[in-house]
Amino acid sequence: MMLRWIALCTLCATPLHADVAEAVNDYILPGYAAFADATKSLNAAAQANCAGSAVISAYQTAFDAWLGISILRFGPAEVDGRSLAIQFWPDPKSLGSKAQAAMMRNQDPAVNDPAAFAEVSVAARGLMSLERLLYPTEPLPAGDYSCALVRATTSDLARLASQIQTDWQTDFAAALQTAGASGNTRFTSKAEARQALYTALITGFEFVGDDRVGRPLGTFDKPRPDRAEARASGRSLHNVTQSLAALHQLAKALVPESPVTDAAFTRAFAMAAKVQDPTFADVNTPQGWLKAQILQQAIWTVRDATIAEIGPALNVGIGFNAADGD
Amino acid sequence: MTTRRGFLASLLAASTLPSLSWADAGSPAFLAAAKLADGTFALHGLTAMGDTVFTIPLPARGHAATAHPDRPEAVAFARRPGIYAIILDCVTGAVLTRLAPPDGTQFNGHGSFSKDGQILYTSEVIATTSEGRVGLWDAADGYRRITSWPSGGIGPHDLKRLPGSDILVVANGGIQTDPQDRTKLNIDTMRPNLTYLDGAGSITDLIELTADYRQNSIRHLAIAADKTVAFALQWEGDPAEPAPLLGLHKLGQQPRLCAVPEAEMFVMQGYAGSIAFDPTGQEVAITSSHGGAVQIYHRDGAFLTGILRADASGIAPAPNGFLLTDGFGTISSIIDHALVPMTQGNALWDNHLVALA
Repeated sequence: MMLRWIALCTLCATPLHADVAEAVNDYILPGYAAFADATKSLNAAAQANCAGSAVISAYQTAFDAWLGISILRFGPAEVDGRSLAIQFWPDPKSLGSKAQAAMMRNQDPAVNDPAAFAEVSVAARGLMSLERLLYPTEPLPAGDYSCALVRATTSDLARLASQIQTDWQTDFAAALQTAGASGNTRFTSKAEARQALYTALITGFEFVGDDRVGRPLGTFDKPRPDRAEARASGRSLHNVTQSLAALHQLAKALVPESPVTDAAFTRAFAMAAKVQDPTFADVNTPQGWLKAQILQQAIWTVRDATIAEIGPALNVGIGFNAADGD
Repeated sequence: MTTRRGFLASLLAASTLPSLSWADAGSPAFLAAAKLADGTFALHGLTAMGDTVFTIPLPARGHAATAHPDRPEAVAFARRPGIYAIILDCVTGAVLTRLAPPDGTQFNGHGSFSKDGQILYTSEVIATTSEGRVGLWDAADGYRRITSWPSGGIGPHDLKRLPGSDILVVANGGIQTDPQDRTKLNIDTMRPNLTYLDGAGSITDLIELTADYRQNSIRHLAIAADKTVAFALQWEGDPAEPAPLLGLHKLGQQPRLCAVPEAEMFVMQGYAGSIAFDPTGQEVAITSSHGGAVQIYHRDGAFLTGILRADASGIAPAPNGFLLTDGFGTISSIIDHALVPMTQGNALWDNHLVALA
């Protein structure tokens, strides 16, 4: 009995969470390195052959790598709209396909100049633009322009990924880990650094639940399979599980011992496995819709578990006003 | 020698006592509501540097406040549902009176005084329909209810007075809500507007946005010395569609909605909470607690810069820029577009930071 008390109190004295340094070193930096590598390989494949199976396979790998860290909606990825330029989705007004079609129609010379291409609308760049070129739903215009556009887009992606990685390595990782030190104006306390990571986690659940699942789900009376993410490349459901896996990785890095959250994740993955169609095309059927809706509910359960378990362990919460309107 | 005239004058002065001023309350530059570490709520008076000069307990979570132009009295509005507002003596901390809206109506979080300080105007809705009302209260007679005027639209929120006049500007947000649970009932058909009322309550101008932006709820106002009205918007349409969040209007002109660069399109998450002009009236800032961000624009509508700050909430003019509160307890200066944290405490600041005139 005595021993057990001592053991418990040891636990009380040392925080149960591993915290910011672990999140940075075990999750964030390796994640951005993998994304930089994957986009570099994608660009190399596209420069070698803009339409081959190698580029398709490299595209899938790069998209996976992006999902590994796309939940980090703060810091270098948010500078100059980089994350929008990497993945412009959702795009209900089809701004991306319109802008891209205009480039092809006008044979926009920006494809020949990386600096000019970096100034092209974010909607016409990145993974979704590349998907329209690599998995066209209608035949692409004949000629070399489409190929040049693929290469300009992969080159731009590799540049963005490399810039984000460099900014994290040379600057932002230190800013996050020296939170509260004098002169650190970006994170004025350790709590602010934990808060930034926690907010990324909670926002991540909302994006997966509301957008990746919620958009195709629509309502029972009006399902919207046409609104699923990355339908052409067949990734819609895969993107849900990949981003949930990233959220789980971040949660574990922050608070390794979080059994309620772990159990909720396990259940969410199980519910994802029950969805039959990889692009949520079957939400048009009552069965398909219900399965997707159960998946969405399971995602909300993980979010709630995270708020209940990980928030207190990090001693942070959702902002006093952020969670609420006026 | 006491003359008859002198005697009468002193009698008159005595009858208006106690005639305390804001100096007696510590000359606060701002008012802000907050949640304290013990879970209770309070209204704070703050200096221009963000230091607290007084703290007065509130019975529940506050929203906005408004200050009497001369007397050290603040009106603190309850957060939804707005079943009361309280008038606070900021020198003693005493509750001078509680205002209850007439049966079947609710306060909507904001109010403003007439130019001479005699009348308090409050934004109100008829609970069952969200039809807007402006309530009038006699500040010279214990805040007795005088009457109410139609606000010109559904779901009014902020209301402010054009400087140097008694023309009121009302942000009719356009959203009809369920009186109990505040579910939004009319998002598909909502039609917000900016309504100008003269000193007699007659609608002189009613400004609507173009059809594309009918789902852009007009909610908060800031008014420059030259009577330019800046309005902060909350986008109720598809969050994936970029929508402008700042509008500018001047009487006799068309409203202008302010565009942002692509990189800033979604930073605010379709939500602008508080709004303020800087002291020169050259720049206007909006905050988004949802996006954890501030955007600053030139008065001509051009986007100038974006600043990130988690749970960015209240904003008000301060020397060389703005003062910003956040829901994590920090008060920061924004000077030359750079954020400088000033004070960090346990008071978690609510949506608004109200500058005293």
